[in-house]
Amino acid sequence: MVAWHFSPETGCPFWLDYAAHLGWDPRREIQTYADLDKLGFFQDEWLRGGPVRRWVPKGFAGRPVSVFETGGSTGVPKSRINIEDFRIDYEQFSRTLPDDAFPKGADWLQVGPTGPRRLRLAVEHLAQHRGGICFMVDLDPRWVIKLIKWGEMQMAERYKQHVIDQALILLKAHPNIKCLFITPKLLEALCEKVSLKKLGITGVFCGGTEMTPQFCRFAVEELLEGVYFAPTYGNTLMGLATHKPLSAEDNYAIIYYPPSPRAMIEVVDPDEPTRVVGYGETGRARLTTLTRETFIPRFLERDECEREAPVDLYPWDGVRNVRPFRRFSSTVVEGVY
Amino acid sequence: MLHIPILRKGKPYYSVDVARTVHHRTREPFVEISQANVGLIRRDLLDQETPRRLLARFSTRELLDLCRRAAGHFLHDPLPLGEQRQGPDEYVRALSATTGMPHVLVRKNMAKIHGVLAEMESVLAGLTRGLDLDILDRGFGEADGHAVSFFPRGDALGVVLPNNSPGVHSLWIPAFAMKIGLVLKPGSAEPWTPYRIIQALMQAGAPPEAFSYYPTDHAGANEILRQCGRGMLFGDVGSTKAWRADPRVELHGPGYSKIVLGEDVIGEWEQYLDVMVASIVDNGGRSCVNASGVWVPRHADAIAEALAERLARIVPRPAEDEEALLAPFADAQVARRLSQMIDQDLYGEGATDVTARRRGAPRIAEFEGCTYLLPTVIRCHDPEHPLANREFLFPYASVVETPQEHLPEALGPTLVVTAITRDPALTRRLLSSPHVGRLNLGPIPTMRIQWDQPHEGNLFDHLFARRAFQSAYAAELAAV
Repeated sequence: MVAWHFSPETGCPFWLDYAAHLGWDPRREIQTYADLDKLGFFQDEWLRGGPVRRWVPKGFAGRPVSVFETGGSTGVPKSRINIEDFRIDYEQFSRTLPDDAFPKGADWLQVGPTGPRRLRLAVEHLAQHRGGICFMVDLDPRWVIKLIKWGEMQMAERYKQHVIDQALILLKAHPNIKCLFITPKLLEALCEKVSLKKLGITGVFCGGTEMTPQFCRFAVEELLEGVYFAPTYGNTLMGLATHKPLSAEDNYAIIYYPPSPRAMIEVVDPDEPTRVVGYGETGRARLTTLTRETFIPRFLERDECEREAPVDLYPWDGVRNVRPFRRFSSTVVEGVY
Repeated sequence: MLHIPILRKGKPYYSVDVARTVHHRTREPFVEISQANVGLIRRDLLDQETPRRLLARFSTRELLDLCRRAAGHFLHDPLPLGEQRQGPDEYVRALSATTGMPHVLVRKNMAKIHGVLAEMESVLAGLTRGLDLDILDRGFGEADGHAVSFFPRGDALGVVLPNNSPGVHSLWIPAFAMKIGLVLKPGSAEPWTPYRIIQALMQAGAPPEAFSYYPTDHAGANEILRQCGRGMLFGDVGSTKAWRADPRVELHGPGYSKIVLGEDVIGEWEQYLDVMVASIVDNGGRSCVNASGVWVPRHADAIAEALAERLARIVPRPAEDEEALLAPFADAQVARRLSQMIDQDLYGEGATDVTARRRGAPRIAEFEGCTYLLPTVIRCHDPEHPLANREFLFPYASVVETPQEHLPEALGPTLVVTAITRDPALTRRLLSSPHVGRLNLGPIPTMRIQWDQPHEGNLFDHLFARRAFQSAYAAELAAV
């Protein structure tokens, strides 16, 4: 993989230029996964702004390229080019979905962010890969963020209802929709209106934002009435992690395994991010993406989590209870009460 | 470790998401508190009608009897706390452990809550201006020869509660006697009192469904206020700001309470020193009804010196000490930053820390592993000085000299004004001022509360509205 990205025939302009300034040849010096440390940490600023074509590997010249963006809550969003990766990621993920909950040939409804996000094409591809057709209801999260910043909570609520109303119309009009992709908050809102089970939904693939163990328990025990629940963690840079099935034994902890070897998540000491913490210990998530389309070594995510031991199904490290990374800061409160 | 569950319409629910509140001194986890996720709160609040329907089966008289019985349970009996039971002494120790409040102050607040429960009839009489209680049951009737009819503005009252003092819980309890379901979000360091009040009422025979208790985060608190027909929010300036334009939510922010001396009595100010000290210091200076300013037309320097002399004598004592007057800060960093803020504003002209001179020691004090802010008197030479109109979570007061004719406008919004004056013109101006929330005329400490008086808005008016009403079916309606 390193040879591909740093070869003048196949690598992208960004990495070829980067290597030119190193004074050493990564193809020779990087022989193991651990050697990737020599490249230092990938900076997320590199992904903000153009030219986006500097990320297209020469080995894929002439192929149709898509660009996917992250949330973009502040400033210029990060972007990642995609050619086939999202299809490969979601086809791999498809193998982890049980056929009785996500029947082959059943249609899907996606209720969540579309627009410039990977989910737009990825969920549709997942549906098509499983022989289904995907209906879409769009949600613009950047507009929601603005409404919240302005304190327009009522308008945010009305926008959410607008999204839910559209989903309800589709669910009632198309009885072959049996599978749902939806974000956690929209799932709650939808289940306030209808019983998904009664509408014939058999599987819910939930993601897009952070989920807590308590949310998962609430979804399983109170929202879904036995409908299969697949919480997932994914992002534009990594791809899609698969979850270990939820259980009360794990206290509904959300345990994810990255799509290794295409991407690795390691849990590292925030003060010494080259050091991986022990199993069960808390640390900052560090991502390494290694596909022919994308090379992102040692990227420090804005998430924290616990390091999880391998299991039979996924014999590599996982992560538990991913949540936003925050160092606590106190604020002075004047006149409490 | 103790674990406090969520109460979903009275039913305990143990969440996977747990917050641990630490002992203020040892910083060791002291209690686990189940945290409610927003969706769970939202789903539960889809049905706010059931609690109100169950409460409506009781007459107001029956609920008043129930409150009286609950008062005894609250003060004397072991009551459920999760899977354990908590006696009154354990309650005092637990509350002190997580907030730092001395035991003697906790017990005073307990007595206050007991008083409200036991005297609920007089509380309701004050809030409803003596309305015949049968009118509350039937929804209509006759008052002073006029037909009246009241309807609830919402089925449930959502209350976002503070950590500063358990006495504030007495403000929402009357909603229960008015048959309004309660949805409470306790403060993270003071989950004890609302839980104990609920348990006391349930022990006395209240329907459990009337009470929901959701320890939760900021988003959960906002959801409670959004979903309940009526709300009450205790918080600082920042957290209450977002709700200022929403008439459904009654805000309880800083009080900026003050003592005012008139020109007619200023020559005898020494007589009123005890009232000033009590108003500043009682309850550890932690309440919105504590005075944070003394505004006078003359003698400000002498008054500031005399107050400083009295306040500088107050020192930290162990939580169990019956003489303890000060509560430590659960987070030492907050104490340090507050002290720094005061020092920053003292730079330059216009204000002096009079207590610092007297004490000869810093405002911050460490005692038995805890951090305290010692009582502070600031002499402000300019009513516009940034320290003239401030409130902090410890005994703090500015002493400000201002011509009497500038009052009450110069005071700004003030929850309690104790005005020591017989001057009719000043009294008239105070009576007509929209800035004055509660007015005590004469040497009455700002902390002295009469429960038949409204506090920061009238709870009855907040929960009920009067409709125009006439009926041609008097006889039939009598059976309603």
